[in-house]
Amino acid sequence: MNNDALEQQALRQASAGQGLALHLEALHKAYGSRPVLERLDLQIEPGEFVAIVGRSGCGKSTLLRLIAGLEIPSAGSVRVGGRSGPGAHPGLRFMFQDPRLLPWRRVLANVALGLSPAERPRAQEVLAQVGLAERAGEWPAALSGGQRQRVALARALVHEPAALLLDEPLGALDALTRIEMQQLIEDLWRRRGFTAVLVTHDVAEAVALADRVILIEAGRITLDERVNLPRPRHRGSPAFAALEEHILNRVLQRPGSAPQEEDPHPAAALDLDALRWAV
Amino acid sequence: MTLKTSLLRQLAPWSLPILLLAFWQAASSFGWLSTRILPSPWAVVAAFIALSASGELWQHVQVSTLRALSGFVIGGGLGLLLGLLTGALKTAETLLDSTLQMIRNIPPLALIPLVILWFGIDEEAKLFLVSLGVFFPIYINTFHGIRAIDKGLIEMGKSYGLSAGGLYREIILPGALPSILVGVRFSLGFMWVILIVAETISAQSGIGYMTMNAREFLQTDVVLLGILLYALLGKLADVLAKGLERVSLRWHPSYQNSH
Ligand SMILES: Nc1ncnc2c1ncn2[C@@H]1O[C@H](COP(=O)(O)OP(=O)(O)OP(=O)(O)O)[C@@H](O)[C@H]1O
Ligand SMILES: [Mg+2]
Repeated sequence: MNNDALEQQALRQASAGQGLALHLEALHKAYGSRPVLERLDLQIEPGEFVAIVGRSGCGKSTLLRLIAGLEIPSAGSVRVGGRSGPGAHPGLRFMFQDPRLLPWRRVLANVALGLSPAERPRAQEVLAQVGLAERAGEWPAALSGGQRQRVALARALVHEPAALLLDEPLGALDALTRIEMQQLIEDLWRRRGFTAVLVTHDVAEAVALADRVILIEAGRITLDERVNLPRPRHRGSPAFAALEEHILNRVLQRPGSAPQEEDPHPAAALDLDALRWAV
Repeated sequence: MTLKTSLLRQLAPWSLPILLLAFWQAASSFGWLSTRILPSPWAVVAAFIALSASGELWQHVQVSTLRALSGFVIGGGLGLLLGLLTGALKTAETLLDSTLQMIRNIPPLALIPLVILWFGIDEEAKLFLVSLGVFFPIYINTFHGIRAIDKGLIEMGKSYGLSAGGLYREIILPGALPSILVGVRFSLGFMWVILIVAETISAQSGIGYMTMNAREFLQTDVVLLGILLYALLGKLADVLAKGLERVSLRWHPSYQNSH
């Protein structure tokens, strides 16, 4: 009886706002004879915010597509919320690298795509959150590239997903709108507690948003850096700058990338370590 | 001054046809042109007035229009249905498409002798020919319209939880629509051509019958009236199709400035 009630409560909690856990094991993906990902292991906790960085063509989009069930692994397994197998997890939403708006549906209808009639009013709300409320009645062709990206972001958010995969969602935005959208994503993530995986070229964006920053090189994870800065994060702070520098150095394979080892640039490394544990 | 020039510029394209018409009328009136070869424009107008007053003209127009439309609905509907099927389902394509492509190579008009053998000169013959002629433009354009849809959009629709029905309604049909409408316009033109031939060869009513009948009595004015009616109806069909395109493709960038 008591046990039953507890279980019920746990279930309710799990369905309300908790994110999905993602488990990738020995994941391997090759196109023809060219491997893109090789024996990649990654565990993402429910509700965690993970940013993935890496050079163009290193397989970031491929990794997201594998998680979303849009590609079949060559070997290894992908489990989303404990579930593996063909097709996407229904609680998962993928914001593609290109906006993929339906040109024949107006902006609002694009955001409301796949919603039940009862949920449809939410579309206007989310559209307002991305700052495009007054463009609801227009055709996507009439929007700028950045505005289209924001519509695509709204379309992904409106489903209140338990896991949200974002493939360079803010790439086409100016610096100001970009920061606004980052705050929006962070806000919604903190309120709803979904699991977020963000692919980005912008290391500052990764450090600003993520709990963990992951670097992919040559088909593997070569850096898995925890970001223990308090939120909301301030880009100007020395700890932020040091961590950004550290990750950037590692991405560019410049010396000074391994703070724990003997280092030609000990200052930056020391700073970082000190600050990381100070907060 | 500028108003005058703009008015002149608008009228300019019409000056040549009007001049020709006047010349034609003069040539007939002064007897330079035999009415056996070409009636005067005024005689055509008179024939129009007489035939429409007696109601005969409208009956023929009605019969022809009904034939054209029912052929269009049957052939076009089948073309759309099969196009949607083969475009979306791989098995339907392998089963049907190569057969249909083979049949496509037969010009519908080449079948006339066979069709007369099958159906005589009854309504079915004309219905069959028009349906066949209309079928292929719509089938092929529907098929290619579906094939040309951005695969990324379909992937997006699936991953955003659309059902098979929703996928059709939201993505596949609207995505193929521009191409389907091209097929519709093309087949509307074809529809009249086939009907003209079919009615001219064998019919007991309709515009084609009217003109062939008039030919026997050397009524060139009625013959010319029939030809003009076909042209008018063809134009009407085209205008309707264009209107349909404008309304249903409002989202398309090439229609965006014209609202
Ligand atoms: N469908 C495919 N067929 C063949 N090769 C592919 C396919 N998709 C991706 N690739 C290859 O896999 C590699 C990784 O591609 P992916 O799109 O994952 O890169 P990315 O890290 O997202 O790059 P970017 O930052 O430029 O978006 C590339 O070399 C690409 O050419
Ligand atoms: Mg990519």
